[in-house]
Amino acid sequence: MNAGMNPGPGPVKLTRKDFTARQDVRWCPGCGNNAILAQMQKTLPELGIPRENIVIISGIGCSSRFPYYMNTYGIHSIHGRAPTLAMGLKAARPELQVWVVTGDGDGLAIGGNHLTHALRRNVDINILLFNNRIYGLTKGQYSPTSGFGARTSSSPDGSIENPVNPVGIAIGSEASFIARTVDIFQKHMSGVLRRSADHRGAALVEIAQNCIIFNDATWGDITDPDNRLDHVLYLEHGKPMRFGKQGEKGIRLNGLKPEVVRVADVGEEHLLVHDERASEPTLAYLLSRMGPPDFPTPLGVFRAVDKPVYSQLLSAQVRGAQAEKAADLDALFRQGETWNVT
Amino acid sequence: MSASVKTREELEQVTILFSGDSGDGMQLTGSQLTTTSAVLGNDVSTLPDYPSEIRAPAGSVAGVSGFQLHFSHQEIHTPGDNPDVLVAMNPAALKTNLPRLLPNGVLIIDQDAFSARNLAKAGYEENPLDDPELGSRYQLHPVPATTLTLNALESLDLKRTVKARCKNFFTLGLVYWLYERPLEQSLEWIEKKFSRMPLVAEANRLALQAGYHYGETTEAFAVQWTVPRARNEAGCYRIINGNEAAALGFVTAAQLADKPLVYSSYPITPATDVLNHLSRWKHMDVRTIQTEDEIAAMGSAIGAAYGGAFSVTGTSGPGVCLKSEAIGLAIMLELPLVILNVQRGGPSTGLPTKTEQADLLQAMFGRHGESPLPILAAASPGDCFDTAIEAFRIAVRHNTPVFVLSEGYLANGSEPWRIPSLQSMEPIVVRHPVDPDGFQPYARDPATLARPWVLPGTPGMEHCIGGLEKHPPTGAVSYAPEDHEAMCQLRADKVARVADFIPELEVTGPHEANLLVLTWGGTCGAALTAVQRASEQGRSVAHAHLRYLNPFPRNLEALLGRYEKVLIPELNAGQLALLIRSSYLVDTLSFPKLRGQPFTVREIGARIEALLS
Repeated sequence: MNAGMNPGPGPVKLTRKDFTARQDVRWCPGCGNNAILAQMQKTLPELGIPRENIVIISGIGCSSRFPYYMNTYGIHSIHGRAPTLAMGLKAARPELQVWVVTGDGDGLAIGGNHLTHALRRNVDINILLFNNRIYGLTKGQYSPTSGFGARTSSSPDGSIENPVNPVGIAIGSEASFIARTVDIFQKHMSGVLRRSADHRGAALVEIAQNCIIFNDATWGDITDPDNRLDHVLYLEHGKPMRFGKQGEKGIRLNGLKPEVVRVADVGEEHLLVHDERASEPTLAYLLSRMGPPDFPTPLGVFRAVDKPVYSQLLSAQVRGAQAEKAADLDALFRQGETWNVT
Repeated sequence: MSASVKTREELEQVTILFSGDSGDGMQLTGSQLTTTSAVLGNDVSTLPDYPSEIRAPAGSVAGVSGFQLHFSHQEIHTPGDNPDVLVAMNPAALKTNLPRLLPNGVLIIDQDAFSARNLAKAGYEENPLDDPELGSRYQLHPVPATTLTLNALESLDLKRTVKARCKNFFTLGLVYWLYERPLEQSLEWIEKKFSRMPLVAEANRLALQAGYHYGETTEAFAVQWTVPRARNEAGCYRIINGNEAAALGFVTAAQLADKPLVYSSYPITPATDVLNHLSRWKHMDVRTIQTEDEIAAMGSAIGAAYGGAFSVTGTSGPGVCLKSEAIGLAIMLELPLVILNVQRGGPSTGLPTKTEQADLLQAMFGRHGESPLPILAAASPGDCFDTAIEAFRIAVRHNTPVFVLSEGYLANGSEPWRIPSLQSMEPIVVRHPVDPDGFQPYARDPATLARPWVLPGTPGMEHCIGGLEKHPPTGAVSYAPEDHEAMCQLRADKVARVADFIPELEVTGPHEANLLVLTWGGTCGAALTAVQRASEQGRSVAHAHLRYLNPFPRNLEALLGRYEKVLIPELNAGQLALLIRSSYLVDTLSFPKLRGQPFTVREIGARIEALLS
């Protein structure tokens, strides 16, 4: 199975250029996808993984053009099904590093079932969910993450549907790694992508992404450079939750409810401390519910826990069976009662 | 000794139907007689017929489970038309199956089950056993099977209900005596099966022996029949059903190519057993994935094929509906994989446990766009093995998804299978290019038009493939009119060229005749037998069977022209007939059947008679 595999003598030295495909990028000028592409092209060389051992699989939608622009192996598949291809590929070739690129429509509407089950199984893949809260490629219909009341080309009178929260879905699906970052937060995204790549098991990274044409400034409260620090809570494992321009605000737990407090008033020792490794996802869920207008939007790693990895378990069962029993096809043929005719 | 005065008669063949409640163990009883008869040297063919409910209300007509078995001194190709012997374990079973029993057939009944309650459940107003007509039309043997079983197990410390459950082995023992079969095989089976429950093993053993001795000693059975062994080809044999044969075929194909097998599937009747079998064969480097739905199964089959594994997804018709979009992707990506459809009655949920052949046009056309792929169909349970291997040979030679059509009838039916010699099988050659020099993802092999199967992990050949239309041969996305037309043509030509690599169609019977019976799938056996019988009576008729349904064998058109009439019996409304007519402008005679049951030899024979006399 390793025909063509290049394990290499050690970490491979690659640059951003190595990951840039020759194809012209055809996203709209100013689309958040361009920034995400740039970060992936910058981050992947840092992983030390040979380019040929990386596969990027996407579904359908603006985000799903992604693999065409990366000089790795890639499949631009069909709407919503990228995680299923990734699972089959990992079953055949567990040693490959597999990324799934999806969007809020692709991953949460038509492909919601597959996303949930890929996370539940803990298949060793990295799922990047570009969330722009709109259908871009079909020109501006509301998506599963569009807000209640959103006026779009298919909801002229306002959407009458409640949005889902990708982080909440990931928690409900027992995901072992869940993070959120923002298209234009280059350094933050790079860190999150690296954490995701290093994680063993299924990783879901929600990337808040701007659609400049159909849903401009949907993430405006956290991307506005003047007020960003008042609206973003950067999650850091083991650190008290502080935000604000001077870190003057914090999150405290009052019973089962979080509340925003002034650190000077309550003391840092009374703030919630982030624990991404908690065995129960209670804190991650509480964080997933936070956002405007009453709370900052948490960014970073919500949850990162070790769990048995599907593709490894599958290989282990096969190896175990092989160690126990010879691969004797003739013996398999002769299972049960046999008789000879002479 | 009354046994000594019994007479013995020799028979060519017997068809026996075990019928009872779905909790009565009829499938087990039938399969025991199957193995014993096969080991004895008879040719055998079986047809289980059971409800889709796991346990329909006990004693109800809906819960009747049947197992028909045909054993013979001659080579046989079907599980028999109407039974010569009916074993009915309760009134519902009698009511359901009596109309099928041949006149003067042997009718064995557990009279203990004919209580007022069971009679009412079956809808009998009066006990049919009281009707003297029954005994005059059939060789009626009412046997107090439950009582006799309980008596035989009297000394055992088991609950009455557990003991009563052994009545199927009592009945089996009686049938063993009636047809002079040895008990050894079943005794060994009981020993193995209940090795951890010695008391239950003992109960079944005693019940089996009691049934046998009952036949030997009772006055009721005056004749013992014997069916001499058949003259099968020399070799080592076993009993196999179509689902296990298909599973073995897939493993064998992967082994012949030195590849792992990845099987992605969502449980669905009647295909589920393929998944169950393969999940137990991990030591053969088989990796099974039970996916969240049919779409995921197809998607992961594509992913595994892309990674270089031998990849299969198995399902039944409703599952193929769901997979259709992803099958289109596999066609567009031009990756080798196999889609197994174990057909059942449709549309929609239809008849989950009953057989049909109505998905041929779905395999052929059930996708959007021009999306051809090769289609093969298995002819018998054992042929599922060869068809599975052949499908992979085509898939990897032409880099294309391939459909394999099986049927509930083949999947659950069984027959003796000559264990193949591995040495005699040709390896499956797979090529994965590793030279980046001049590499183009959609370059074509001049003979097959296959594109290269390059694996991720190959340095210097990184590329992206996808569902969008392409520029040949670079594979770069292109919406240019000439590129779309060229790619559609290439994909069609590639599949059409499979015809250059498959055998010509052969005919059984005369080279030219008044009638050709043309079949596909599980209809083969009944048609072949009917044609053979008609030929023996001097009729000018031949039989041809299509394993390859797309593309058709290259000589098919010329062959059809040599027969005055072409009759196509199939378990659908005329799907092959439609393809033959539209492909060759041949005025075929369609013979459809949509009853959830396979064709009988008699049905096809009668149609041949009607056409030729």
